[in-house]
Amino acid sequence: MEIDYEKIGLKVGLEIHQQLNTSAKLFCKCKPELFKEEPEITFLRRLRPTQSELGQIDPAAYFEFKKGVKILYEADRRTSCLVEMDEEPPHPLNMEAVEIVLTAALMMKAKPVDEIHVMRKTVIDGSNTTGFQRTCVIALNGEIQVRGKNVPIQHVSLEEDAARKMGQEGNTIRYRIDRLGIPLIEVATAPVIHSPKEAEEVALAIGRILRATGKVKRGLGTIRQDLNISIKNGALIEIKGVQELELLSLVVEYEVQRQLNLIKISRELRKIGVKEEDVKEEFFDVTEIFKETECKVIRKAINRKQRVLALKLPKFKGFLKRELVPNFRLGTEMADHARFWGRVGGIFHTDELPAYGITAEEVEKLRKTVKAEKEDAVVFVADNPENAKDALKAVAERARQAIKGVPEETRAANPDGTTRYMRPRPGAARMYPETDIPPTQITDEHLKKISSRLPELPEQKFERLMREYGLNEKLTRQLLDSEYAELFEVIVNESKVSPTVVAVFLTETLKALKREGIQVGKVSEEQMREIFRCIGRGELAKEALPDLVSWLSKHENRSVQEAVEKLGLKMISEAELARFIEKVIEENKILVQEKGQKALGVLMGIVMKKLRGRVNAVLVGKLLKDKLEKL
Amino acid sequence: MSEKEESGYKGEALKAIIKAEAEIGDIIRVTKNGQVYEGILIPRSEYGDEKHIVIKLKNGYNIGIRVTPDTKIEKIGKGVKPAFTPPPPPVQNPELPKVAVISTGGTIASRVDYRTGAVRPALTASDLYSVVPELSDIARIDTQILLSLFSENIEPKHWTEIAKNVAEKIEEGTEGVVVAHGTDTMGYTAAALSFALQNLPVPVILVGSQRSADRPSSDAATNLIGAVTAAAKAPFAEVAVAMHETTSDTAILLHRGTKVRKCHTSRRDAFKSINAPSLARIKDGKITMLTENYRKRDPTKKLVLKPEFSDKVALLKFHPGMNPSIIDWFVEKGYKGIILEGTGLGHVGRYCFESLRNAVKHNVIVAMTSQCIWGRVNMNVYDQGRDLQALGVIPLEDMLPETAVVKLMWIFGQTENVEEAKKLLKTNITGEFSPRTTFDKIGNK
Repeated sequence: MEIDYEKIGLKVGLEIHQQLNTSAKLFCKCKPELFKEEPEITFLRRLRPTQSELGQIDPAAYFEFKKGVKILYEADRRTSCLVEMDEEPPHPLNMEAVEIVLTAALMMKAKPVDEIHVMRKTVIDGSNTTGFQRTCVIALNGEIQVRGKNVPIQHVSLEEDAARKMGQEGNTIRYRIDRLGIPLIEVATAPVIHSPKEAEEVALAIGRILRATGKVKRGLGTIRQDLNISIKNGALIEIKGVQELELLSLVVEYEVQRQLNLIKISRELRKIGVKEEDVKEEFFDVTEIFKETECKVIRKAINRKQRVLALKLPKFKGFLKRELVPNFRLGTEMADHARFWGRVGGIFHTDELPAYGITAEEVEKLRKTVKAEKEDAVVFVADNPENAKDALKAVAERARQAIKGVPEETRAANPDGTTRYMRPRPGAARMYPETDIPPTQITDEHLKKISSRLPELPEQKFERLMREYGLNEKLTRQLLDSEYAELFEVIVNESKVSPTVVAVFLTETLKALKREGIQVGKVSEEQMREIFRCIGRGELAKEALPDLVSWLSKHENRSVQEAVEKLGLKMISEAELARFIEKVIEENKILVQEKGQKALGVLMGIVMKKLRGRVNAVLVGKLLKDKLEKL
Repeated sequence: MSEKEESGYKGEALKAIIKAEAEIGDIIRVTKNGQVYEGILIPRSEYGDEKHIVIKLKNGYNIGIRVTPDTKIEKIGKGVKPAFTPPPPPVQNPELPKVAVISTGGTIASRVDYRTGAVRPALTASDLYSVVPELSDIARIDTQILLSLFSENIEPKHWTEIAKNVAEKIEEGTEGVVVAHGTDTMGYTAAALSFALQNLPVPVILVGSQRSADRPSSDAATNLIGAVTAAAKAPFAEVAVAMHETTSDTAILLHRGTKVRKCHTSRRDAFKSINAPSLARIKDGKITMLTENYRKRDPTKKLVLKPEFSDKVALLKFHPGMNPSIIDWFVEKGYKGIILEGTGLGHVGRYCFESLRNAVKHNVIVAMTSQCIWGRVNMNVYDQGRDLQALGVIPLEDMLPETAVVKLMWIFGQTENVEEAKKLLKTNITGEFSPRTTFDKIGNK
């Protein structure tokens, strides 16, 4: 079914986060890198929700705390110091990062603030050792052009990246603090996006501007997109952590579908007369029914002396199996809530039974015990009584919300474009000043300096590259989307090698090598420049490029000259080539006698096969032709 | 604007705000260079300049706007003062021991005003219960705000005040006292109370935090829970400091008041027992004693209060090239005692000898500790040490320099008699000397 996004009042706002490629972290001098090895340091902490003056505590945060959640942090000495461990106050704001954000902000016509104030945004899931994320607005009220439309940029901010979640064992969540403190730029658009496709286009446009600064990190995990999505009669939903640009439109599409289906379910429920107060938090211990069950999950729970608790959802029969988005039902949504609030593995409900080893007879007994009518649904959970109760409470609450419509919440993106319940939406932004960092003033002189060396906007650069270097549109686009647009110009200008050859190498050739598993990133820009300087001087053939790059990637810190020697790629002299050609003609005498000039193609093949990468093909052709003519 | 002092604004910025008749917390609109900013007027921090005003935008962020001649400020809404009604205090379990919590400054619990960013201390009993609800399972708490001082502003006269206050609580029959204190000089106050409160029937526990209480990661609550647990249940009756054992929130160590020192500027585990084992560890609510050598809790004991201190005692750290006339200055100013923080086993340069001889001649007690922090002075090993003793310098074994200066201040609060003072200085009154030092880890583990 084609959805008319305008008619349903779709409004999407984007928040794009990208790591900056600085030499140090935002509030200390640690390397902004990750580590793969076993951690050198681990420590255990608890985060306690801070009370506000209004006596409010974020309910989800307080809930986590009461459950006794502990956080085990992992660190090594190269990528973290006492600052990340929250054992030393932060150092002053990294000005290199501020300049990058100012550059991007000015490119988006945003107005820098006069004085930067670092704030603490309360986050107590453990992803920040302090219990807050440090963040600051650098500029406000910008705008970018996307397909002729003005997209307002509400603010451009600078913030610290969070720790990486590594796993969870029982009540202990494991985070690695290497990523904590890596500077992130955040670009937030107004909610003016009205279709899934447009969301992707806007994200792409912002991404190109950020890349044009030349100072942002690349690769998986360096970019994260958050969205806020709402439709008429639906709710404002925040979706966190979309890592792939290509997924954005799908995420929007699915969220629209989810909200439309929830609205439909709510209408139907109300039509059949279900009221919120009908959903009672009355839990039945039904462990007895499953004493002999074939269901492995329940079996295991009972063996561990856990209980099976059940909840009746009046008139919900059939609704729990209603699909909201592909493979995602109202029942799935309830299970997500149960998992979050009750820490249970999942839930069972009568809309999907008998199955999983649960028999029709058991279902019948269950219905009888909880006094379920034909049109009621029953949800049950096997876990320790406390968790099971919390889980069923969450299910009851979600059922009530289903009667009302779409609940406002924060959701996390799954890799397939669907989303899962993450937490209730936090109330008013819980921000307060980071008093350990003095306000930083942005002077007019500083701004002038940055303005005077602003990188070209992607569209300007696109046109200039095509015009100046005679590249075609596709290659230019590829080059701009790669990380080598600047290197391209440097190489062409100093080596005088054909721009198309350089561009093809920096885009298609390198991409192909990466696909073969060659770690192209290990070859430095200087080495690439040196290779092209050699080609420009005629000392190397362009055919040698892939072999050279692949050798250099496997032999770090070795010179291009060494690679050339080891690979035997040194160009042979014209005299040597002439002698070689004579030898080939001699060896293929009969062929030459038979075909005369027409033997050129075959002979060319033989010579190139032996000398590829060491000769210039044009020269081989010319010499061969001369010789053949002289015969 | 009426709250000029509190607001932190000065000069041009203040003028502009007054002209707009705006106060902290009001919603204002600032128009400048065609840009319009709306938000809540926020107080200016003490290190801010006079040119910027700070507003909190609707999205929660603060920004600073430079006030220029063509900056227009209008007040567009009145601020709403947050009214905080703390939740009713939990029902106190009459079975639980009574613990007095005396606050001297530093905040062990606080609340954030997200509206203006202000952090306010939470100090009443009901405040403490609502911020650290676990306390109601440990003890019945009675709180008192005695002082509101940064610990570097605490002086010997405050020790007197604190000691008297603690004594009062003990007289009233409390089963343990907690003293909340800024960490910088908490070690000194712990030593002071150790001398001032003798023959203790119950424990007196000092507690602080290395990370401010307004952040979710603060060590304040964990330390406070540890301190209250110790005050309520510990088997010892001594003055001790309760702080994190490691960087983790797992265990609280209790350090004897005369043997503890702040050894790191910022870490949670900054407090270390020096030249002595820690007294006890609290983990998962359980107290484990780490030494057999302690004075036991005994409610029948009668507290002896000796709260007077003299401030005519100095602590002097020797360094190469030190000008010895500083010693002469102390003598001229009528000081009664000088604690030297000498090098190594307890030495100072020979160029200080003349001034030291002069000090001793003027009846000034001169005693030696070591700037090595760990270890014991021994002034018999080298000539220099023997000569110093001959001059009348008293070696103070393994006593911490900070404890030594506090002890001598206390001694001169008790007696004017120099000979008696010397005798007291050499007597182990409250565990300030360890007779033997075992091989324990120092510094980096």
